[in-house]
Amino acid sequence: MAVIETHNLTYTYPGAAKPSISDVSLAVQKGEFVLITGPSGCGKTTLCRTFNGLIPQFYQGELKGEIKVADLDAAKHPTYEMAKRVGLVFQNPENQLFALSVEKDVAFGLENLGFPRNEMRKRVDWALNLTGISDLRDRSPHEMSGGQQQRVAIAAVLAMQPEIIVLDEPTSFLDPLSAEKIFEVIHDLNKKLGFTVVLVEHRLDLTAKYADHIVIMDQGKVRFDGETREVLSNEEARLIGVGIPKATLLFEMLKKDGVPLDGTTPLSSEELANMLQEAMLR
Amino acid sequence: MTLTVEDVHFSYQSGVKALKGVSLTVKDGEFVAVMGQNGAGKTTLVKQFNGLLKPTKGRVLVNGTDTTKTSVAAIAKTVGFVFQNPDHQLFSETVEEEIAFALRNFGYAADVIEKRVEWAVNLLGLSQYRKTSPFMLSGGERKRVALASVLAWDPQVLVLDEPTIGQDHQQKENLRQFIVQLQTQGKTVIIVTHDVEFVAECSPRVVLMREGKIVADGAGKDILTDEKVLAESSIVLPQVAQVFTYLNIPGFPKNVIDLYEAKQLLKKKLERN
Repeated sequence: MAVIETHNLTYTYPGAAKPSISDVSLAVQKGEFVLITGPSGCGKTTLCRTFNGLIPQFYQGELKGEIKVADLDAAKHPTYEMAKRVGLVFQNPENQLFALSVEKDVAFGLENLGFPRNEMRKRVDWALNLTGISDLRDRSPHEMSGGQQQRVAIAAVLAMQPEIIVLDEPTSFLDPLSAEKIFEVIHDLNKKLGFTVVLVEHRLDLTAKYADHIVIMDQGKVRFDGETREVLSNEEARLIGVGIPKATLLFEMLKKDGVPLDGTTPLSSEELANMLQEAMLR
Repeated sequence: MTLTVEDVHFSYQSGVKALKGVSLTVKDGEFVAVMGQNGAGKTTLVKQFNGLLKPTKGRVLVNGTDTTKTSVAAIAKTVGFVFQNPDHQLFSETVEEEIAFALRNFGYAADVIEKRVEWAVNLLGLSQYRKTSPFMLSGGERKRVALASVLAWDPQVLVLDEPTIGQDHQQKENLRQFIVQLQTQGKTVIIVTHDVEFVAECSPRVVLMREGKIVADGAGKDILTDEKVLAESSIVLPQVAQVFTYLNIPGFPKNVIDLYEAKQLLKKKLERN
């Protein structure tokens, strides 16, 4: 069952000469982990903003085509209602944080929805725990590092427990180990708790292994949409300038040089190392 | 143009001790990557290089001049600083205005400014956005505007705080080539970054920080393959190094971060089997 479905979605920002996304048709199934990637300016962020109705309801501009999210018309359904179903973590955490303490920021969405105090406390604790910032709960988000702010932004969305979580480069300010931890959290939310995840990322090295399905965009259009391994082993996908994981590249380079390797395209160094080990034992 | 940091301590007004005795020399023309986990003090350290922050204790010398004895404006001409978050830096109505701003402040003639702006927008692929507001651009594009606006005045030392954030693969490759080009011109380039794959591709000198101190300093291929010291700094091995660590083949070099070197080594090994 598709939880996000678009048909020929085309959107032009107010005053812009040409559309930022054009003719985007895609489907995200319930429970999927979808990775959206593509060169900077390709329309990834714009597309994400249509998922919870910010486009066109907040940004105005001209939206054509159809979009259905959680069975609702995201273009028309009130954004405060959409926000319960779709949580969006912005690229720049400063665009999203505003309260005087981390705890208040994370609780804000729940307060607005009128959650009982006990439930609110539980959810906030849960979200702070998952993102590893329980000890920062009384700090002001504006005095924290970019990486810490990103965790707060993610916690604030998690606390709402929406069915669909859309993350726009949610770890760009984080160090690699912290980023990996966040991706693992997101992966767990997806696999164990069944949240549908849409992740926008350039860093496929860290994320390709989690994705059931990958969408590569270029110049506002969807260029590839399919199973992750299949898409990433496609030479043309590489030419768009997407950062293929080094392990995948190394595999392709060895194959090209005539080294016989069995199995499907690896997406992580572990997978490649296992494959190489087998080849060496032969 | 040598940068010398002598036993520098720095505390923010909040009382947080961000630097706890850092000593470092960056020679003219060097390419250095300052790495470390969030809150390690990387940005605090590089902000000392152009006097944006001044040591609480110890001193920082920019080509022999103590940063406490001169102004940020004077240092900025030789040490250009590009912020992590472009929104902390951009404010003009158009991209070309943004790039021209500092040049005007430095007192360049109008024709020189025009030439420099032209050069910078072309270099960073921004020429179609000259008349566009930086705030209409994507995150990655805004980062390039911020970079262009500093490059335009041609500083001898360039400090880039997290230059690869929000940049796609092609732009990172452009950035890498661009740094190589700056290097051939003898410029000093200092980047603060978490991006291990980018550092593995560039292979600069790596200065690793943790809790306000430098914990390792050396060649990229040695530091980025030292699993223990990296783990303590919340940094993961580059994928190529991960593969070699997993494989753990006796007699195989471990300090490999380069894709082509890795391919050659593995190919030889597999062909011998």
